[in-house]
Amino acid sequence: MIRIAVVGLGKMGLSHHAMINAHPRVKVAAVCDATGYVLDVLNKYTGVRTCTDFDAMLAEVPLDAIIIATPSSMHTKMVNAALAKGLHVFCEKPFCLDTAEGEAATRTATEKGLVNQVGYHYRFVGAFQEVKRLLDAKAIGEVTHILAEAYGPVVLRPKGSSWRTQRAQGGGCLYDYAAHPLNLVNWYFGEPTTVGGTVLNKIFSAETDDEVFGTLFYQDGKSAQISVNWSDESYRKMSTKITIWGTAGRITADRQECQVYLRDTATPPAGYQPGWNSRYTTDLTEPVWFYLRGEEYSAQLDYFVRCIEEKRAHDNVNSFASALATDKVISMMIADAERGPAPTSAVAPVVRAAPRKWWQALLGR
Amino acid sequence: MDRLLFGDNQFFGVNHMSEEKARAQAMRFQDIKAVIEVLDNAMDEGVKSFMCTTHDRIALVCDHMRANPQRYENFEFMPCMPYAHKYANAVTEDGMLGTLKRFMPDEGFLNAAVRGGMSLARKDIEGVTTLLIDAEMKMFAGLKTPVIFLQNVVVDLLLGMGFNEAFRIFADHVKTRHNAEPGFITMNMPMLLDVLEKLGIDNPIVCSNINKIGFRMCGGFDAYEKALREKKFRAIAMSVFASGAIPPEEAIEWICQQPNIEAIVFGASSRGNIRNTAGLVNRFWAKH
Repeated sequence: MIRIAVVGLGKMGLSHHAMINAHPRVKVAAVCDATGYVLDVLNKYTGVRTCTDFDAMLAEVPLDAIIIATPSSMHTKMVNAALAKGLHVFCEKPFCLDTAEGEAATRTATEKGLVNQVGYHYRFVGAFQEVKRLLDAKAIGEVTHILAEAYGPVVLRPKGSSWRTQRAQGGGCLYDYAAHPLNLVNWYFGEPTTVGGTVLNKIFSAETDDEVFGTLFYQDGKSAQISVNWSDESYRKMSTKITIWGTAGRITADRQECQVYLRDTATPPAGYQPGWNSRYTTDLTEPVWFYLRGEEYSAQLDYFVRCIEEKRAHDNVNSFASALATDKVISMMIADAERGPAPTSAVAPVVRAAPRKWWQALLGR
Repeated sequence: MDRLLFGDNQFFGVNHMSEEKARAQAMRFQDIKAVIEVLDNAMDEGVKSFMCTTHDRIALVCDHMRANPQRYENFEFMPCMPYAHKYANAVTEDGMLGTLKRFMPDEGFLNAAVRGGMSLARKDIEGVTTLLIDAEMKMFAGLKTPVIFLQNVVVDLLLGMGFNEAFRIFADHVKTRHNAEPGFITMNMPMLLDVLEKLGIDNPIVCSNINKIGFRMCGGFDAYEKALREKKFRAIAMSVFASGAIPPEEAIEWICQQPNIEAIVFGASSRGNIRNTAGLVNRFWAKH
């Protein structure tokens, strides 16, 4: 049995707790949160050991691993303390708000040979995994551009205050929503060399961004565009969509399905044909031991458990190192947005005179 | 219970196969008249039990039914609560306790304040839970609600955490206060059955995915088959077509061969589809 503690009992923490507690080879040894109320209710009704002091918990409770789901601004401190104790760490996204601190934590985890994973669950969604397989197989030829979008109804009025509504705490559309499509783009394309045209706009929030747009540039001429808005009520829940263009076709994927158009010039992978192809979540999803809110959430925790059991601390999916790459893109976008629009905006645009129409010539105008 | 229950995913832009299709449906059903028209079609095809989320828009359907008591005399609602997205999004804005406060019922303020306030102070979930149930049931006043379901996100969250007492509180309150049978929707049927058995909730109504390809049947296909054969419970099968992955005839023929299934819940947007499903069920169920 792997002894795990869950820290931070917000939306993500509670759902992680429920899933990992149901895992047949895991024992939840303690849960930890700053607010005693939720803890007391949990203890009263489920008997789980509860702690309000994180350091005291690390000192007193024998553990093998930890799941950290606290506000992002607290991640670094807790990750470091857990690593120092020799614990395997699963941390929620975004990983670290300060990339230098993230780098140090990544180094420590690697040196100590501890399993390290960050909760970018989209890498466990069947349709997005299929995209990765298709790209690796060069199914759509040379890829030129990716459009990564995410929309959903989170902040819909100028009200409310929790850590998620404050940029300094790691809240906001960029950290909360855009981090996911950015992470997918990194997975498919690698790390960008530069970013440009970043827009981090407030719509309803006072202290953070509600919409995120920007362009990522790559060494080989590829580019990616990000379009994210968490104040869009027309979506029932968060909806992430990836569109990728290549010389031999196009891929569109969301959580439910992967649609692929292959040109006659493409070499279709097994099971694909020229023209339109669709793969649905029903074919692409592997069963999980326990379902709460999508197979991907269960699958990523099971993967974490298996990495611990099989002592696979290196080169795992969603390692600290790969999450750090996403943190770096986020930092680049913040810096780019703070710098403001690029200077070309001040240059008078070149206006090319439109050719005269036949009737203008006729009228001598 | 009727053999065929009508579901509501199609009305609210829920489609497990395609977001495009989900959006098209959300657009088609944005006028509540379109929803009522499909419910009328279902009724005319003999499908008169509606398993519906406690979404705000269902209140409009309820108003229509109350205004036409003769037409809907035999119509039954089977509310499924809570509509979880409403709460999840509120948590981001207001935090956990703020959300609870936001959704406390406003009618019977004194009673609510006493039940809720005392209960919050004592860290006793019974008061808060029963208040939330009553708040969600308000829209169904005066209508038939023979079964009240707890939605799968909540059932499975509680199940995972081992918060088993909540199932008993829900079951007791639904029986005593609302004179209805408690039902549980889950994606982890075998595991839930074990827990309900231990709690002494006898012969429970449990709705879960049951389909030929094992789609979202957590715990495994074999465990589901075994539970259907050996456990004492009233099974309702959902997702029998596995979101369209199984052709209708094959799906219904298979489900009708399984033991101990009391009802099938299905969604459809056209009278033709409702008639086809009802026809298939009549054809295959009769054989077994």
